[in-house]
Amino acid sequence: MSAHDTFIAQHSFIELTARERARALLDAGTFRELIGPFDRLESPWLAMQNVVCQADDGVVIARGKFGGEAAVIAAIEPAFQGGSIGEVSGAKIAAALELAVREFEAGRKIRPVILFETGGVRLQEANLGLAVIAEIQAAIVALRRYVPVVGVIGGMVGCFGGMSLAAALCSRLVMTRQARLGMNGPEVIEQEAGVEELDSRDRRLIWSMIGGEQRTAVGLADTLVEDDTNQVRDAVLSAFERGVPASHRTEQVDAQLERLARVDPSAIDPAVLRTLWQGDV
Amino acid sequence: MEASRGQIWFDALRSGKGSASGYEGPIRSADAPLGDTIARFITVVPDPHNRFPRATDNVVGLEQGWLLARAVRNAIDADRETSVKRPIVAIVDVKSQAYGRREELLGVHLACAAAVDAYASARLAGHPVIALIVGPAMSGAFLAHGYQANRIIALDADGISVHAMGKEAAARVTRRSVEGLDELGDRVLPMSYKMSAYAKLGLLHELIAGIDADAPGQEDIGRVRASLIAAIDDARQGPRDLSSRLKSVDAKRIRAASIEVRKRMAEQWDAS
Repeated sequence: MSAHDTFIAQHSFIELTARERARALLDAGTFRELIGPFDRLESPWLAMQNVVCQADDGVVIARGKFGGEAAVIAAIEPAFQGGSIGEVSGAKIAAALELAVREFEAGRKIRPVILFETGGVRLQEANLGLAVIAEIQAAIVALRRYVPVVGVIGGMVGCFGGMSLAAALCSRLVMTRQARLGMNGPEVIEQEAGVEELDSRDRRLIWSMIGGEQRTAVGLADTLVEDDTNQVRDAVLSAFERGVPASHRTEQVDAQLERLARVDPSAIDPAVLRTLWQGDV
Repeated sequence: MEASRGQIWFDALRSGKGSASGYEGPIRSADAPLGDTIARFITVVPDPHNRFPRATDNVVGLEQGWLLARAVRNAIDADRETSVKRPIVAIVDVKSQAYGRREELLGVHLACAAAVDAYASARLAGHPVIALIVGPAMSGAFLAHGYQANRIIALDADGISVHAMGKEAAARVTRRSVEGLDELGDRVLPMSYKMSAYAKLGLLHELIAGIDADAPGQEDIGRVRASLIAAIDDARQGPRDLSSRLKSVDAKRIRAASIEVRKRMAEQWDAS
């Protein structure tokens, strides 16, 4: 195929809504949403602050089959409040993962997938957003003893704040080139540390530091895919087929401290890091 | 340099044993008697000589995250063959995660996640994990150091606060004055910076008032010890997950939506 034909044959993952993303990944005809918009479980806190609610609070939980096996997908909607995690949207993700743990405790299997697209805690729900992110993290650690927990960062919001820790806890992480993964958003760093620390408008620099291509090159994510739904699905499927890793990235304390020790903080940039960390872990 | 709150309580709970001389880095970790058991105490302290210039304060940066993970995992490994696991007390006094260009490039999110993983794994292995909040417990730093605990205890004193964002930054982002933010916190509980409001969310096991947090006397230390021991006993009798945070009277009222989501999700989990 020519470059043009390849492009036309692709189906953008990024352009899909959370609901469409979950449906597109699950085996055809198996999508079933839990606590959908008609349940009307909305944020109790946004209305108190004159912010318009959304009937699904920005998270879609779907059960179905994935690669012929039982699966549950938690998909965050980037278009509602920047994918931010409030009490209800966060509890939906935590509850789905907690119930997945129970499947294994009962001797059944299920494949869990999280589609990250979030700036982190929803500021209007501050402490309850932070608390539920701790619960999501707890559930990921409990669940990945049984099955790989697979995370996808599609873009364009990316994955930031406390949810970047949740992504790092996943057994395997799939990213597009457009996706970013970092703890503190560029604007936050510029505000806290000054423009000389980081110019948040320098998009090329930002993507070269925390974009999907760099993250996979230095071992902070596992698979780089094009913005194509089939490629995302194949990458997630292959992540499950490889099984639970012998050790998760967050467990490799000595190896990661050794990696860090090799870095000279006064002379580090994305290119230097690629040579320093390539092929590790 | 004046000792940080984390250092003060780390020393106090170890019966005044001073720290060893020489450069120790940003993490303090030691075993000491607590009731009739030996507990591991861990805290984050300022580290003026840290080689990462944005991580010299009592913040959780790259080295802090991985070293916390190591201190916790070291206790898990030591107790691997024993049936009664030692309690782990995370003394919380963390201003924030480290904000910096190098931190992002080198994956501070992963370093913090490693600490989360270590504490959660300790809890799942049967270690009672208790967070004792003696200073700020902010955002990603609290997620990394404290928020995976079976039980959370806090002192109610000046300078102690749990929040997702520093007050000045939150005022900027929400375009409110600091006073406006206080007023909002009084109306919208999860937005508050007051510990009395945080206690109402049902996440805390105990809020201890009337303690001198900066210069604790023997009586203060005795009260905090007694609370830690009670929390450890309570944790040993409960489940190893975080479900106790949804069981209190306050949680049933303020986090009713969190409980309702779980109830309906369970009802709808299997297709009818």
